[in-house]
Amino acid sequence: MKRYMSVWFRHLAADRLALRYPGLGGQVYVLVAPERGRMMIRSVSKAAGQLGILPGTVLADARAVYPDLLFYDDDPAQDKLLQSLAVWCYRYTPVTGIDGDDGLILDISGCAHLWGGEAAYFEHIVSRLQAGGYHVRAAIADTMAAAWAVARYGTTHPVLPSGSQAEILRPLPPEALRLELPVVDRLRKLGLTQIGLFIDMPPSVLRRRFGQLLLDRVDKALGRMPETLEPVTPPEPYVERLPCLEPIKTAHGIEVAIQKLLEGICQRLQQEEKGLRKARLRCYRTDGQQQCVEIGTNSPVRNHTHLFRLFELKIDSIEPDLGIELFVLEAPVVEGLTTQQERLWDLDTGDKKDAVMKLLDRLQSRIGAAAIRRYLPEEHHWPERSIRSVSDINETTSVTWPEHQMRPVSLLGAPVRIEVSAPIPDYPPMLFIHKGKIHKVVKADGPERIEREWWIEKGLQRDYYQVEDEDGGRYWLFRSGYYGEHKPEWYIHGYFA
Amino acid sequence: MKQPAERNEVIARLRGELLSARGPVFSSHSHDYPDLGPLNRAFPEHCFPYQGTHEFISHNSEAAAATLGFMAAVLSRFMKEQETAIWVGAHRTLFPPGLKAFCLVPDRIIFVDLVSEKEMLWVVEECLKCNALAAVVGEIPDIHPIAFRRLQLAVEKSGVPCLLHRHRPRNIENTVCTTRWEIRPVASLIEDGLPGVGYPQWQVALLKVRNGKPGNWQLSWDGQQFQQGNTTSMEEQQVYIKAG
Repeated sequence: MKRYMSVWFRHLAADRLALRYPGLGGQVYVLVAPERGRMMIRSVSKAAGQLGILPGTVLADARAVYPDLLFYDDDPAQDKLLQSLAVWCYRYTPVTGIDGDDGLILDISGCAHLWGGEAAYFEHIVSRLQAGGYHVRAAIADTMAAAWAVARYGTTHPVLPSGSQAEILRPLPPEALRLELPVVDRLRKLGLTQIGLFIDMPPSVLRRRFGQLLLDRVDKALGRMPETLEPVTPPEPYVERLPCLEPIKTAHGIEVAIQKLLEGICQRLQQEEKGLRKARLRCYRTDGQQQCVEIGTNSPVRNHTHLFRLFELKIDSIEPDLGIELFVLEAPVVEGLTTQQERLWDLDTGDKKDAVMKLLDRLQSRIGAAAIRRYLPEEHHWPERSIRSVSDINETTSVTWPEHQMRPVSLLGAPVRIEVSAPIPDYPPMLFIHKGKIHKVVKADGPERIEREWWIEKGLQRDYYQVEDEDGGRYWLFRSGYYGEHKPEWYIHGYFA
Repeated sequence: MKQPAERNEVIARLRGELLSARGPVFSSHSHDYPDLGPLNRAFPEHCFPYQGTHEFISHNSEAAAATLGFMAAVLSRFMKEQETAIWVGAHRTLFPPGLKAFCLVPDRIIFVDLVSEKEMLWVVEECLKCNALAAVVGEIPDIHPIAFRRLQLAVEKSGVPCLLHRHRPRNIENTVCTTRWEIRPVASLIEDGLPGVGYPQWQVALLKVRNGKPGNWQLSWDGQQFQQGNTTSMEEQQVYIKAG
């Protein structure tokens, strides 16, 4: 059974101005904007409304009756305000939408019991909004259209019992069906001043005189035709919510909340054979601010103790300030993880792999994924290009590590120039000077010529020598280019063990 | 009066008890104990207590490379094929293809490159708690004794070996490590008359070993295992140390 709540901000723009300039509270003032060369009243304050000033009046006319009427320029930032109010209402229901330019519509199905029933829920929202300085009317009904009508034109109790919308709508004026002005005018001309007077007429008669729109609106109000709500924030498919009656301020409270949320989401993932790769915790604070922490995993996970340990590292970055009243856990990225896969993991070496994965998840959430890497061989001879850094722990390659190549255990970030004395044309040096120290070469191996790959870059080839000096140090030297054609330079590129 | 055989048995048992009272002991009876070749005799029960903290000290770039090679060789003695090791460091010079010469598969090693020493210690400790790892290698020059104690406790709990490369440390005498080594490169081992550079050879100094005998060896690595060096035998070395 769907239930909707419609909230109508009767003096939204005026209320916003009063919130910004508290001196305006209770004053008679209007907001105006130019329209077709005249200043038209766009919004009125509550006191002005009581005097009979209506939006849509020309400012000059109103001033003729009330010469000391205050007026201000209308600021078209209203949409943003409604947007933020809709996001604020997120603590009461996950689906909130904007309705026209002065209303919100909330899908409250299954939410009200958390506040002790619909009446208490209704009271809570309305009183919070009123305390915030907004003049609101609201209603709860089975359909969006009925809630809309009762919020704006209703005279009875605004929380409609389920299935009663046909009865409640009868005494309301035709405007309550959100009809266009010409249709309403025609209805009034014919004396149909209440919905009840025409609601039972045959559809063909109504359609011929007032168009299909009237019938659609009636059907929507009575729930015979579905109406869709466009949510402000598109809902995440995997989300778990935990509203708190008392604002949470302590780290322990946050821990308990996270544990509860994780248990809930993992149970759902278990049923759907999924595991999450990324989870985001949003904390809605009482002062309207939002705190957000995110974790990522290297493989799909639905073990809530492991996920909790990842979140545990982030708890100290959450600032509860005056308290958090809503926790929302989203899983934006999920992947398939069948129970069979899980069981396989426990059996053989997978158990160890799983433990390593969990360890990496923990490291990653503290130091970032960029600091953790593995290397795989690449099919290049050029030493700097012969390995490839990968971040995925499971990634493999068909390229094998080259055998029987002399490669140093320690490689310098970039080759360093050295001074040598070497016999030409292609003998290893007899001695070389590195960092001001003279090394006398005793033994040498090489050369191993490594060409640059011409399809990647142009430049001189390198002739590598492994040399050992008289103290036993083993070095990897190369000569860039060869004698005769180029002016060769010598470099040290690494140390052998 | 007991029979000599019986007496030897009692002595062996008492020695074992004494050893286990001094700290954790690893039995050489199990098949998968790491074989360090000529070095085995320096350790209690002739078995390298690999599930401990091991410090490797180097003072210059050549020695650092030799130390990395020796560490890789030691690591290959107990790292099994499907296992993973984590290598944590700040200014890593290790070139993964170079590990191939020491019987290690470079892609089984996960590198963590960090700048802050605090973060590095956190990572090393966190990794040591995970007993699915074959080993954790840290390249941290100086560790506060208290931080080191934490690592030692983590190792004792999980049994994951911790190898620490301390390049140019300020102070070396203040830690509670299981073994402390200093490796220097010496002229490579080469068969008579052949040209070129041969198998790497090191002067291995075991500065400290818990319940064992420190010593000094010349060792070479032939691509598969440790070999006795070519100049002086161990007995001669020890005589040499005593004399010196």
